[in-house]
Amino acid sequence: MKYVDEFRDPILARHLIAHIEKLVPLAGGTEEKPIAIMEICGGHTHAIFRYGLDRLLPAGLEFLHGPGCPVCVLPMSRVDDCIEIAERKEVIFTTFGDAMRVPGTRKSLMQAKADGADIRMVYSPLDALALARKFPDRQVVFFGLGFETTMPATALTVLTAARDGVSNFFLFCNHILVPPPLRALLQDPQMRIDGFIGPGHVSMITGAKPYRFIAGEFGKPLVIAGFEPLDLLQSISMVLEQLAEGRAEIENQYARLVLEDGNPQAMAAIDTVFEPRDSFDWRGLGEIDHSGVKIRPAYAAYDAEQKFGVGYGAGKTAGREPDGCRCGDVIKGLAKPTACPKFGTECLPEQPLGALMVSSEGACAAYYQYGGVRQEAAE
Amino acid sequence: MKDGTRPTFHRTKATRVTLAHGGGGKAMRDLVEDVFISTFYNAQTGTMEDQARLMPPPELLDGGRLAFTTDGFVVDPLSFPGGDIGKLAVYGTVNDLAVGGAVPKWLSASFIIEEGCDVDILRGVAASMRDAADRAGVAIVTGDTKVVAKGAADKLFVTTSGIGIIPRGRDIGAHRVRPDDVVIVNGFLGHHGAAILAARGDLALETDIVSDCAPLNGLMEAALTAAPNLRAARDATRGGLAAALNEIAASSATRIVLEETALPLRPEIRGFCEILGFDPLYLANEGTLVLFVPPEEADAALSAMRAVPEGKDAVAIGKVSQGPAGRVEMRTLFGGSRIVDMLVGEQLPRIC
Repeated sequence: MKYVDEFRDPILARHLIAHIEKLVPLAGGTEEKPIAIMEICGGHTHAIFRYGLDRLLPAGLEFLHGPGCPVCVLPMSRVDDCIEIAERKEVIFTTFGDAMRVPGTRKSLMQAKADGADIRMVYSPLDALALARKFPDRQVVFFGLGFETTMPATALTVLTAARDGVSNFFLFCNHILVPPPLRALLQDPQMRIDGFIGPGHVSMITGAKPYRFIAGEFGKPLVIAGFEPLDLLQSISMVLEQLAEGRAEIENQYARLVLEDGNPQAMAAIDTVFEPRDSFDWRGLGEIDHSGVKIRPAYAAYDAEQKFGVGYGAGKTAGREPDGCRCGDVIKGLAKPTACPKFGTECLPEQPLGALMVSSEGACAAYYQYGGVRQEAAE
Repeated sequence: MKDGTRPTFHRTKATRVTLAHGGGGKAMRDLVEDVFISTFYNAQTGTMEDQARLMPPPELLDGGRLAFTTDGFVVDPLSFPGGDIGKLAVYGTVNDLAVGGAVPKWLSASFIIEEGCDVDILRGVAASMRDAADRAGVAIVTGDTKVVAKGAADKLFVTTSGIGIIPRGRDIGAHRVRPDDVVIVNGFLGHHGAAILAARGDLALETDIVSDCAPLNGLMEAALTAAPNLRAARDATRGGLAAALNEIAASSATRIVLEETALPLRPEIRGFCEILGFDPLYLANEGTLVLFVPPEEADAALSAMRAVPEGKDAVAIGKVSQGPAGRVEMRTLFGGSRIVDMLVGEQLPRIC
C-alpha cells in the first residue's frame, strides 16, 4: 500500500534498530539504568506494541507510557456526569465508541445504554448535530473528548449550531491540553524521564511551539513523531542523538504532516469557542492548572454543564478511584502496568477496573493485548 | 399431494406486512405460501404438513453420524454488496455443518418479521435463500413465520437450522490438532465485515469491497479428498480469523504461530483498516475456511483447494507449534512477535 508500506520497510527498520543499539550506550543507557523515553500519545503506545518494537530494542532503553490517551485520563466523576445527563428522558447522548466502556462510579455508558438510556455512538460531532436537526424535540448532547486533535471539529460543530440556530444541541466539554500535564510530570520530584516522543496529530494542530518549555526550562529533548514503525524508530534515534550530543531541542520527525506553526485556522476555531479552565481533574494525576478548556460565555447556550447543572459548574469533587489501582503511577512512568496487583487478575480488557485497560491506546490494554510481558513471563 | 406434482399456492396482494399476517388466518396463509413455500418448494421433500419428513440417505445408513446446528441472523442492513440476510442465513448454517466434516442436507428457516416490512423485501430474501440453497446443494424443508409489532424487531430476523451427515470414519475437530500442523486459509480476509460497515453508510466512505459470503461445503470436500487426515476446520466469522484460531489453540492446548507476511490481505482491506483503525484479523468473514492439515498433506490440500472457485486464493499462513498452550502469536514483518488475542466485546454489532 503506497505511503504506508514505505514506513514499514523491514530492511530500513533493521538499519535503524542497529543505529539505536549504537546510540544507547553513547547516550548513557545501560541495562541497570536504562534511558527512559516517554511516548506521550496513546497512538504511539499502541503502535510500539502492535509492531513488537519494545522487544526489538536494546535493554538500555525503556519506554514510559505517558498521559496521552484521553479516554484513560478521564476522571470517574466525569463519566458519572455523562450517565446523569444520558439518563434524562429528553436526552439523546452521543459519544465516540471508545468512551462507552469507561467505568464510572455506578456504571459505564454501555451499561447505562443497556438500562434504557438513549446513547448513540457517532464518528464525528457533526453526526450529533445531524441528530439534533432530525429530532428537534429531543436534546442532543455530544460528549466532547480528546486533546487539541479533536478540538477543532468540536469547535466547528458548535459554530455551525450557532450559525444555523440549532438550539437543541449541547456539548459536554471534556477537552484537555497536552502541555500542562507534561509540565506537571516534569515538576514531579520522582520524575525520571530522559526525553519525549511528541504527539504527531496534536502537533499538526498546535505546531511545535507549545513544547519549547520542555527543552528550554527542563532541558529535555522532544521529537514530534509519526505513527508508523519507521517513524517511531527514527524519532527514538533522534532523541538518543540529542542525549548523546548533550542537546535538548524540540525536533520534528513528522515533517510530512506537522508544520512549525501548526494549523492556524484550526487554532482560531478553538480559540473562538473555548477558553482555559482554571484547573481540570486528570485520572491518576489529579487537578492540573489550566489543563482543560470550557465553552466561552458567548456560546454558553450550547454548554451541557450549564444546561444540566453537572460537572465543574456544579462544583463537584473527583470520584474515588478503585482500591489498589495504579493507573496514576503508570501514567507518570513510575510503574509498569505489570507492577499493578490488579493487572491481568481483577483488571482485564473485558472488565476494566482502571482506565488504562479500557481504551486500546491505554498502556495496560496494549500490554495485555499484545502481550509483550505475558510472553516474556512464559519464556 | 403427490410427489413430483407442483401444487398451486395461494397468492397475497399485500405490499406490506401487517400484524394480520401473523394471525394464523388467510392473510398469513397467503403470505407464507406465496413468498416462502412456493420459493422453497422441493418435489422430493415437499409435503404441506407441519413437519418435514426425511428419508435417511445411504451414507447415514452406512454408519454415518448426524450433525445438527442452528444460527440466528440479524444483519443490518438486510442487503449489502455480495449478499443479503437470506444468503448469509443459508451459507452460515451450511458452513457450520461443513467445517465439522458433515455433508449438509436439510435446512429449516424461521422468520421474525417486523410489522410494516415490505413484502418485496421478503420475496427478495426468499429468492436469495433458494439460490443459495441450490448452490450449496441443500433443501429448505420446513419453516415458520412470526410477525411482531413495529419496534419489537428490526425489519427481519432469520434463524436457520441444518442437518448434515458425517460419513463413517470421519473425525474432524480441534482435539486432533498437533504441533507442526499447517494452518491454511482459503482466501482474502476481512471482506464481509468491511462490506457491512461500508454499506451502513455511517462513514461517508466509498469502497467497492464485496462480502466474501459463500458456501464452503464443496471446498471442504475437495480438501478432505486431497488431505484425508485433515485435522480441524473453522469458519472464521464473527471475531475474524483471530477468534477462530484462539478457539482452536485453546481447545487443542497448542500454540499457533502466524506469519504476518503470509496473511492474504487485499489493498482495499488494508486501506480500509488503516483509515478506520481496524485490525483485519478481527474483521468478520462469511466464506473464510481455516484448515489445520498435517504437514505431509498440506501441499495436496492447497492444490485441491485452489482448483475450487471458493479456494482459488488458498494459502498457508502459519503453523502449530510446541509451547505455551492456548496462545496465538504472530511474527511481525520485522521479526518481532506479538500475541493475537481474541477481541474484547464487539467490534461491530449486527454483522451477521
